Amino acid sequence: MFGGYTLTVAINIGIYIILAISLNVITGYAGQISLGHAAFWGIGAYCSALLATKAGLPFWVVLPLTIALTTLIGSLLAIPCLRVREDFLAITTIGINFVVQAVFLYVPFFGGAMGIGGIQAPFGMSSFFWITWGFVLLCVVLDRWLVRSWIGLALESIREDETAAAISGIDVVKFKVLAFAIGSGLAGLAGHLYAYFMTFISADDFGFPQSIVILSMIVFGGIGTLRGPVLGAIILGLAPELFRPIMEYRTLIYGALLIFMMRFQPGGILGEESLILRTFRGVRQRA
Amino acid sequence: MTLLQVKSLTKDFGGLRALEDVTFHLEEGEILGIIGPNGAGKTTLFNIISGVLRPTRGEIVFRGIPVHRLRPHQIAMAGIARTFQIVRPFNNFTVLKNVLVALGHRFYPRLLSSVSPFEVRDHVEAAHEILRRVGMDAYKDSIAKNLPLGLKKHLEIARALALEPKLLLLDEPMAGLQHGEAERLAALIRQLRQEGITIILIEHNVQVVMDLCERIVVLDHGVKIAEGLPEEIRTDPRVIEAYLGTGGEVAQG
Ligand SMILES: Nc1ncnc2c1ncn2[C@@H]1O[C@H](COP(=O)(O)OP(=O)(O)OP(=O)(O)O)[C@@H](O)[C@H]1O
Ligand SMILES: [Mg+2]
Repeated sequence: MFGGYTLTVAINIGIYIILAISLNVITGYAGQISLGHAAFWGIGAYCSALLATKAGLPFWVVLPLTIALTTLIGSLLAIPCLRVREDFLAITTIGINFVVQAVFLYVPFFGGAMGIGGIQAPFGMSSFFWITWGFVLLCVVLDRWLVRSWIGLALESIREDETAAAISGIDVVKFKVLAFAIGSGLAGLAGHLYAYFMTFISADDFGFPQSIVILSMIVFGGIGTLRGPVLGAIILGLAPELFRPIMEYRTLIYGALLIFMMRFQPGGILGEESLILRTFRGVRQRA
Repeated sequence: MTLLQVKSLTKDFGGLRALEDVTFHLEEGEILGIIGPNGAGKTTLFNIISGVLRPTRGEIVFRGIPVHRLRPHQIAMAGIARTFQIVRPFNNFTVLKNVLVALGHRFYPRLLSSVSPFEVRDHVEAAHEILRRVGMDAYKDSIAKNLPLGLKKHLEIARALALEPKLLLLDEPMAGLQHGEAERLAALIRQLRQEGITIILIEHNVQVVMDLCERIVVLDHGVKIAEGLPEEIRTDPRVIEAYLGTGGEVAQG
């Protein structure tokens, strides 16, 4: 149907959309800034890689196990994040990212610098494409349902004002842990897909720069919105393909983009107050 | 019946003693006023009753149950709701959504009910009903941060009412309001009392407290210096002295 290159890019973007949606639950809805989201992605990828290669389990058996494990690990890692306030949370989550990456790199069980290879998906590229995008769709539906549920309302009110949420009957600790649990579970799903897609993974794939890329996606698309992560992942996922030569400076560019968006377009590139939408509305009104 | 007992409450912030051995009680259905100069410890008292702060010593018993070790959401569920001296609505939510957050207290505790959608007709209707009670249903779609202060204060009361509280803590609801706004708020407080809600009212404007409250507790530097009927408080020499020291507000009242 598509060429191999197109499929590769499309699968990559699908994985990024799932990652962006998962981070959006933690940072967008619950307002818990995370600069270490790649750690949860990596935990998912390593879970799947190990279960596939060492335990020899099949793709569809590994999947629920990986999601369950990342959900559990994510909730546990949320605990040190509960007691700290915003600026420290950013640092704590960076710390988690570095520690997790170091564990992958230095603990022999995780393959060290060589990483883990030989992860075989039981189907070809084009099936992988459909499966990935099936999961993307599932995540979008899940995300939509989440924001419309009492859980979503509780998360958003915690983002707005923790104390006001608490005195309104919301168990702030429980819902923060829940946000991290859902967010890391979905990041685990992305890790699972990534491991089978690449067939080979190493600690480098899940470093701090990757966390910045994921965060840039949701900030660019519109943090805390439904369409934001999808939009951001597609645009920023395509960008490296279109501008290969400058992608040497990827982290720098994403960093600058983050700062620009937060300063000038906090609602995202297509947010209610964004330049693009305002211009577009202006044109339509004049027409 | 006694609804709330505050027993020997003490609160230290580092070296500062914000409350010292404060004891009083509250009967069901009454409005109790709390007055005192700036920094007397009034807001600290509310923060402890509502679970936002832990007491250093002392106990709070609500409907026979000790609540001073509970967390804020548990106290809210037990039936104590509050507003803030410096208003804290959920700024980027609509008025309706603000009320829905507190209505959700019935659904948050169990995973199975918390996954259900919140914007369904029954819940929206219930939120409307509460907004009607405080005279705000015309503003249901306004974004909270865009409201004038008076309406923000009404909104905080609406959010508190959504918890179906037995006890409502109002921290200076009239402060900063224009005369007309303050009148409307006083009328609302009277209406709530008629509906049978027990209220503790912190208020700087002594005239307002005297008008609205059946009984008054006076705090000064964290110590309860007087307690009694409005007439008794007005003529209490210790109260007059405490207020003269800070500009004689009692005399104005
Ligand atoms: N969280 C806190 N940390 C440290 N000190 C505090 C804290 N909250 C209050 N205080 C101090 O405790 C004392 C009592 O403050 P509180 O806010 O309870 O007074 P208040 O009676 O409500 O005053 P006002 O009439 O100005 O609202 C003050 O000296 C205040 O600075
Ligand atoms: Mg105060």
